[in-house]
Amino acid sequence: MPPVFKHRLLPAALILPEVVVVVIFFIWPSGKALLEAFRQSNAFGLGARFSGLANFGSALHGGYLQAVEVTATFTAITTLVSMGISLFLAVQVESTGRLRPVYRTLFIWTYAVPGAIGAALWLFLFEPKVGPGARALEALGVHWNFALSGTQAFALVCALTIWQQSAYNFVFFSAGLQSIPDAVVEAATMDGAGPVTRFWKVVFPLLGPTVLFVTVSDVLAALFGSFAVIDVISQGGPGGSTTTLVYMLYRDGFQNGDVGLAGAESMLLFVLAGALLVVQFKVFNRRVHYR
Amino acid sequence: MKKNIVKVARHATLIVFAALLAAPMYLAFVVASHPARDTLSGVPVLPGGRLGANLGYVVAHPFPGSPSLATMMLNSLILALAVAVFKLILSVPAAYAVTFFRFPGRMIMFWLIFITLMLPVEVRFFPTYQVTANLGLLNTQGGLILPLIASATAVFLFRQYFQSFPQELADAARLDGIGPIRFLTTIVLPLARPTLAAIFVLEFIYGWNQYLWPLLVTSSPQHSTVVMGIRQIISAAQSFAIPQWDLVMSVALLALLPPVLVVLAMQRWFVRGLMAGID
Repeated sequence: MPPVFKHRLLPAALILPEVVVVVIFFIWPSGKALLEAFRQSNAFGLGARFSGLANFGSALHGGYLQAVEVTATFTAITTLVSMGISLFLAVQVESTGRLRPVYRTLFIWTYAVPGAIGAALWLFLFEPKVGPGARALEALGVHWNFALSGTQAFALVCALTIWQQSAYNFVFFSAGLQSIPDAVVEAATMDGAGPVTRFWKVVFPLLGPTVLFVTVSDVLAALFGSFAVIDVISQGGPGGSTTTLVYMLYRDGFQNGDVGLAGAESMLLFVLAGALLVVQFKVFNRRVHYR
Repeated sequence: MKKNIVKVARHATLIVFAALLAAPMYLAFVVASHPARDTLSGVPVLPGGRLGANLGYVVAHPFPGSPSLATMMLNSLILALAVAVFKLILSVPAAYAVTFFRFPGRMIMFWLIFITLMLPVEVRFFPTYQVTANLGLLNTQGGLILPLIASATAVFLFRQYFQSFPQELADAARLDGIGPIRFLTTIVLPLARPTLAAIFVLEFIYGWNQYLWPLLVTSSPQHSTVVMGIRQIISAAQSFAIPQWDLVMSVALLALLPPVLVVLAMQRWFVRGLMAGID
């Protein structure tokens, strides 16, 4: 739709508040981080000088590489498992009759639970002494103590994240499934395709754009949205087994007060987020194109 | 016959999954309704009768190191409402300006805002904290709220909605000599109500559920929200001889109830907003 009004001052006034907030709290900090990533403050924190890539060099220490590995594993596991579960549930719910709205509600509410509060519930569920989940695992012969075992803490954080993320995925898969015309599936049935063939050869390819979109959203959520859960469950421990890139940045910047290092780590996160944004736009455009 | 078996198996599977998803919440409900010592040797299967007493207790008695729960819930409510309301106040006029006007710098401003779709607050929290501190906004409502709404997701969405606005309405308005402000308030906004509701729901949940940012900018306990305060409450409860899990779970239930109720009550708008890609 072409612009309607010809005023000049009024639109500037309408847009000004948004621009002021974005410039002060978005553009300025991002530019500052860019500058600080290349500077190093002296031992007393009084002055700063240009230090080239020194901060990036110290950012890429052993702990950082471990955090890269933890983040990558965490992202891959939570994305794949939560997508698998919610796609399965969405397909099953689509085939139910009158109860469909009830099931939908039952599968989306966890999205609204604040991450830190969800973590509190799971913290009790798997509390080594009294938690029912922990007791069940003990009964199965697992020596459960996520405060000591890095693998167990990592598994707990993954399970909790999947619990929340599957609700988000479910909404998109349900919508994607509904947009597939019944006639297409019926045609495949007439041609003698069984339910499994129908799903993998007809439904799943048509869901392609939705699957791509959900994948990118889940990757973003896992990379950047896990701080609260980790902070309540394990504070990055034990032994760095749940220290993601975002959690490491928090520790270096706020607990250790290393401004240059945190700036360099912020820049690395910016680059990562920027790369994902490019992917996201490609995916998003394809999704629009298909629908 | 075979069809019926498939049907029963499908419902059984779905119910099992729904129960698994709800299990942590049910457990919290059971634990919050028993005295702490009753859960030491194993959590009972059924809820007890102490839910009201426990909820009343946590509201009236602050945990060591935390303000009263009423204060924390109020802080959360203020944060959630402020994020939702200010997001609308900033983004609706901005999107209206870039869609319905042609003015110098329109595209620059649009791209400036558009860049912000790139970086979530979790990525830029460190430099944003430094800027907020430099401005002297730590421990203020402004420092808490403004960085959370400094993104253009809503502007982007409103612009998309405004672009699909019927041309005839705009032409008719112009012929009738209706000014831009009246056009916005009497024609555009009433028609945009579903979009406004969707964004409000999503932003309310987004604000209520914030953890990292409030943790960084609010150091005084009086500003603590219930979500960011939960870790302090958990460690305080564990310092008792008998860990007060009944009280922790009572707090957790109160803290998750508002956003969950909003989603359940406004499910249609929630799904719509989520699909549109707001935060």
